[in-house]
Amino acid sequence: MKNAIGREIPELIDGFGQTVPFAGAFQTTPTMQRQAPKVKTIRPGQSKLMDSLEEVFKKIPITDGMTLSFHHHFRNGDGVVNMVLETAAKLGIKGLKIALSSVFPVHAPMIEHIKNGVVTALDTNYMSGPVAQAVSKGILEKPVILRTHGGRARAIECGQLNIDVAFIAAPAADDYGNINGVQGPAACGSLGYAFPDAEFASNVVAVTDHLVEYPLSPVSIPQTRVDYVVKVERVGDPKGIVSGTTRITKDPVGLKIADAAARVIEASGLLKDGFSFQTGAGGASLATAHFVRQMMERKNITGSFALGGITGYMVEMLEKGLFKKLMDVQGFDLDAIRSIAANPNHMEISANFYASPFNNGCAVNKLDVVILGATEIDTDFNVNVVTGSDGVIMGGSGGHADAAAGASITIVVANLLRGRLPIIVDRVLTATTPGETIDVLVTERGVAVNPRRSDLKEKLLAAGLPVKEIAELKSEAERIAGVPDSLVTGERIVAVVEYRDGTIIDVVRQLEE
Amino acid sequence: MSGVLKTAQAGTLESGDIMITIASGPSDSGIVLELDSIVLAQYGKAISQTIRAVLTAQGITDVYIKAVDRGALDCTIKARTLTALGRAGAVLKEDLV
Repeated sequence: MKNAIGREIPELIDGFGQTVPFAGAFQTTPTMQRQAPKVKTIRPGQSKLMDSLEEVFKKIPITDGMTLSFHHHFRNGDGVVNMVLETAAKLGIKGLKIALSSVFPVHAPMIEHIKNGVVTALDTNYMSGPVAQAVSKGILEKPVILRTHGGRARAIECGQLNIDVAFIAAPAADDYGNINGVQGPAACGSLGYAFPDAEFASNVVAVTDHLVEYPLSPVSIPQTRVDYVVKVERVGDPKGIVSGTTRITKDPVGLKIADAAARVIEASGLLKDGFSFQTGAGGASLATAHFVRQMMERKNITGSFALGGITGYMVEMLEKGLFKKLMDVQGFDLDAIRSIAANPNHMEISANFYASPFNNGCAVNKLDVVILGATEIDTDFNVNVVTGSDGVIMGGSGGHADAAAGASITIVVANLLRGRLPIIVDRVLTATTPGETIDVLVTERGVAVNPRRSDLKEKLLAAGLPVKEIAELKSEAERIAGVPDSLVTGERIVAVVEYRDGTIIDVVRQLEE
Repeated sequence: MSGVLKTAQAGTLESGDIMITIASGPSDSGIVLELDSIVLAQYGKAISQTIRAVLTAQGITDVYIKAVDRGALDCTIKARTLTALGRAGAVLKEDLV
């Protein structure tokens, strides 16, 4: 059957089950109860401290077919997932489902565990590197479930992703299970994506290399939710966890796009006191923050908050009084960690608080403007951030679809041509974020406004921005590069792309060999 | 002229460029084209057509060509192919001006 954006979704997917097709960004309402893990007790004097992961496995016990969850704040420096899976393999455990909020190149050893049957299912919001490539080639029998950051939190809270054991990579912990992300050699800042796991998993294990005297403070994840604490030699490689500083791009095309995006924000009328903003850490997205900042300084504007993954650049804006608060679900660099540890206006928020569609309100709903990227966008404004030009999985929504749904204005910044490839196509290979939630596309050769936002189009025209139809921009790119042939995909489904509300927005099919 | 005199190369492996290597082929081998491209799925046919069209226009029939493409536009592909032919002695220098 076809879903609301015309993607063909099978009613039944092997290894996934029945599907509910995407019906529109706000068309699906929840009918379930919140998930409630078993009530536990612990006696005075009882210790939570375990000598090894192996001991934890035996104590819980972890058995075949369980779901183990992990969070991705250690990014490409993570050591915990590999350690836990190695322990599982050593103990001969099979058929595990791994619910890891993002998969990075460092997780390549998972491929062996998949081949050996230790891991048979994967549930994630973003994947890049060897595991993503192997999945694209069909290494897993069951399709991977690709969620959004808010959707993962929703699935956990609503009992659709049931976690047997959550392993929390803990930069600092005490022997009673209090955890924070701001101390120790592997400090990563916010632990926001681990909060739903800690709150709703049947068992919670803190894995740390920085065990401190009780009680640890500040506490991000409390002792009341943690069953066991394991000290290991090293939870990760700090070099892969944070970057030193995040720099503004010097690429002239990127800067031109960022400048135009900032002028779109100005023309929208939202750039005034109380302005709220989210942007990514990459290329034109962060550069947009730079131009927005200049406008705010010039006009003496104080924003209310910046949201999402936080970089040193946003910290500087907080410290200069350009934003009153930062709401941080993930820190990207050393400045973000320093700030969240010391500044009460730099808040650590959970994935649910950030972006879950099924609660009494998430932070993305309060956003004025979000700047997002795209690998492809189609003439209906649907965006692909999952598959690359070769059809291989190289990313995922993360918070893309969440922020797009919540913000008053969602701006996609992208080069009209990436290498030779036009960014605008008739039909994206994989739809991640529905076009109804995308308002403006900004490229170096013009700005296209979603026809649903004629109000905005008038404002941009009045401000003298180079507004064009999206089809016009598409033909401009094709005049330069030629019309690309489409990729040929096979039948087999290697990933199911879930929208934030749990409906299926698209599937990723294996490429023909 | 139906072949090339010596092996020659034009272009680089920079993004947006294409590196063309031309060598003589045995007589009656035809045009043997080996193409590697970062946009093979989307533009493989188009690149191959462009290169073959340049060769045909120059009357080259028996030749081995290796093209390593990094997303070059059509104009670049034509220019690199012509230059490689020139260096291989298959095109008169005046033709390139």
